[in-house]
Amino acid sequence: MTGPRSPGLDSGLVALTVAVVAFGAVQVMITGRLLNPYWQQVMSLAGIMAISGLGLNLIYGYTGQFSLGHAAFYGIGAYASALVTRSLGGGGPLTMLLGLVAGAVLAGVIAFLIGLPILRLKSDYLGIATLGFGIIVKVLFDNSDKVIRMMGGSRGMSGIPKLTTFAWVFFIVLFGVVALRNLVFSGIGRALVSVREDELAAEAVGINTTKYKTLGFVIGCMYAGVAGGLYAHLFAFLHPSNFDFLKSIDVLLIIVLGGLGSISGTLVAAVAWTFLLEGLRLLLPPSVQDWRWVIYPLLLVVFMLVRPGGIFGGNEFRFLKPREYRR
Amino acid sequence: MSYFLQQLINGLQLGFVYALIALGYTMVYGIVRLINFAHGDVFMVGTYFGFFALASWGLPLPLAICAAMVGCGALGIFIERVAYKPLRNAPRISALITAMGVSLFLEYFTSLRFVFGPDYRAYPRPFAVRSFDIGGGVSISNIQIIVFGVAILLMLALTLFVNKTKTGMAMRAVSYDKDTARLMGINVDWIISITFGIGSALAGAGGVLYGIAYPQINPFMGVMPGLKAFVAAVLGGIGVIPGAMLGALIMGTVETFTSAYVSSTLRDAVAFGILIIVLLVRPAGILGRPAGEKV
Repeated sequence: MTGPRSPGLDSGLVALTVAVVAFGAVQVMITGRLLNPYWQQVMSLAGIMAISGLGLNLIYGYTGQFSLGHAAFYGIGAYASALVTRSLGGGGPLTMLLGLVAGAVLAGVIAFLIGLPILRLKSDYLGIATLGFGIIVKVLFDNSDKVIRMMGGSRGMSGIPKLTTFAWVFFIVLFGVVALRNLVFSGIGRALVSVREDELAAEAVGINTTKYKTLGFVIGCMYAGVAGGLYAHLFAFLHPSNFDFLKSIDVLLIIVLGGLGSISGTLVAAVAWTFLLEGLRLLLPPSVQDWRWVIYPLLLVVFMLVRPGGIFGGNEFRFLKPREYRR
Repeated sequence: MSYFLQQLINGLQLGFVYALIALGYTMVYGIVRLINFAHGDVFMVGTYFGFFALASWGLPLPLAICAAMVGCGALGIFIERVAYKPLRNAPRISALITAMGVSLFLEYFTSLRFVFGPDYRAYPRPFAVRSFDIGGGVSISNIQIIVFGVAILLMLALTLFVNKTKTGMAMRAVSYDKDTARLMGINVDWIISITFGIGSALAGAGGVLYGIAYPQINPFMGVMPGLKAFVAAVLGGIGVIPGAMLGALIMGTVETFTSAYVSSTLRDAVAFGILIIVLLVRPAGILGRPAGEKV
């Protein structure tokens, strides 16, 4: 490697150090009781939304496959991991890890099985098919107690051990970001982006588009599965309505607001979205709490009118780019 | 057998209401390629307009339907001008997200105490429900006759309008090729507004019919019928007007039969399962023409 190199430290390393230091500071605040459980929960939720969002961004932002059924895989991961941890009893980190792996694997396997036939559909039609799949999965959750009593059906599933801590969420977000960054800037990532840009042209230069579409979809759904597992063990209660159509839209909102095809955008938007919703709850006096959900969609519409490409518009923080992309 | 026919009539009742909503979806999609998620909420607003026309102003049913149609038509045009028109050249996903925002706004704004309020309300029926025996143990209620009659009348009117008038021809031209239509001297923006207006007016009429057929309403009632009507439009072939009617009737009857013969908790799963199968076999829908891929 010759040629000009930016002097000083590598910004990726700096960012990693900053992240770990920030995490340490938060941990100190948690042990020092400076951060009450409510805000810990909000922070964990922001991280969970970020993980789920990274997955959908891989599916839609990078691979260009329009999915309106992300919440189904989020729910599959949540129920699968909750079933594993509840059956294993115990509450150690190993149980949690097994639960999360089970959630990711099941979400991935189902994504593979459903993806093979429906990924042949294009743009809006794919969106509608995944929307339909999401609603079917929700109905199955509603009736799940007839097969597995523990899942509780429409009464909801309770008794899940509360194993999700901020540390779990933080390190999984970190792992998820690094893994996704390395994926999208690799040869596979270029193939995925080529499918998004022009499927026919990608096919013409010898890219197996079916393979890459399925790959992007399965990995993205595995992210959703992990996020679901964390969600299940954060609130210790699951209800089918937590995984309805609107939850898929929430994640879609986050990745579009952040900017499609931008990891940085998803991270910023997930945190901003979660904190904005909670912030409005605190800022508004109780008498106008009802207005929270009136203001929020208005902000959304205004934001889309002003900045249709999202916050980052496909760009990244400098530290997330490989060296040859940095200018 | 009589049970089957009875369920068929009940299914058609639901199907005709879906058809009125689905027409708005299919017309708007045909013309601007936008899944207008706010359409189900326009339908909800129409139900409320009808509610106030019947309960507060004491209007007769035909006038209440007209009031809801005018109100919703105006609302549809307003939404299009304010929220969608500025995004016509933006990425399509931005318009979709905006539609979602408009949908949430309508739901939560109308839930506020001084608008419609968050509670369930009982819908006023302008007359007592009567059933007529039509032989073989099958009966049809006066409500069902009204739903069938009004829906068929409106669909006929729409078909005539789209196929026989100059504005209808312009609408078809814009949906076929917007740029060429503009070159031919068609005011595209105006046609798009009219399309939103007509689609929303039909949803408004559907809302009043839904209210008298299933007399319990609240500000979130539009979500599921909206989604199902949209699915119906896709099932029949989106952008194709007869397709939306056919898809909606299929959707309504399938849903009713699933409730009657299998289980009412599974009815959504069956309806959407059929959608996925149809999409896989015939991606353009039952009556839709597959579009060739342009290179």
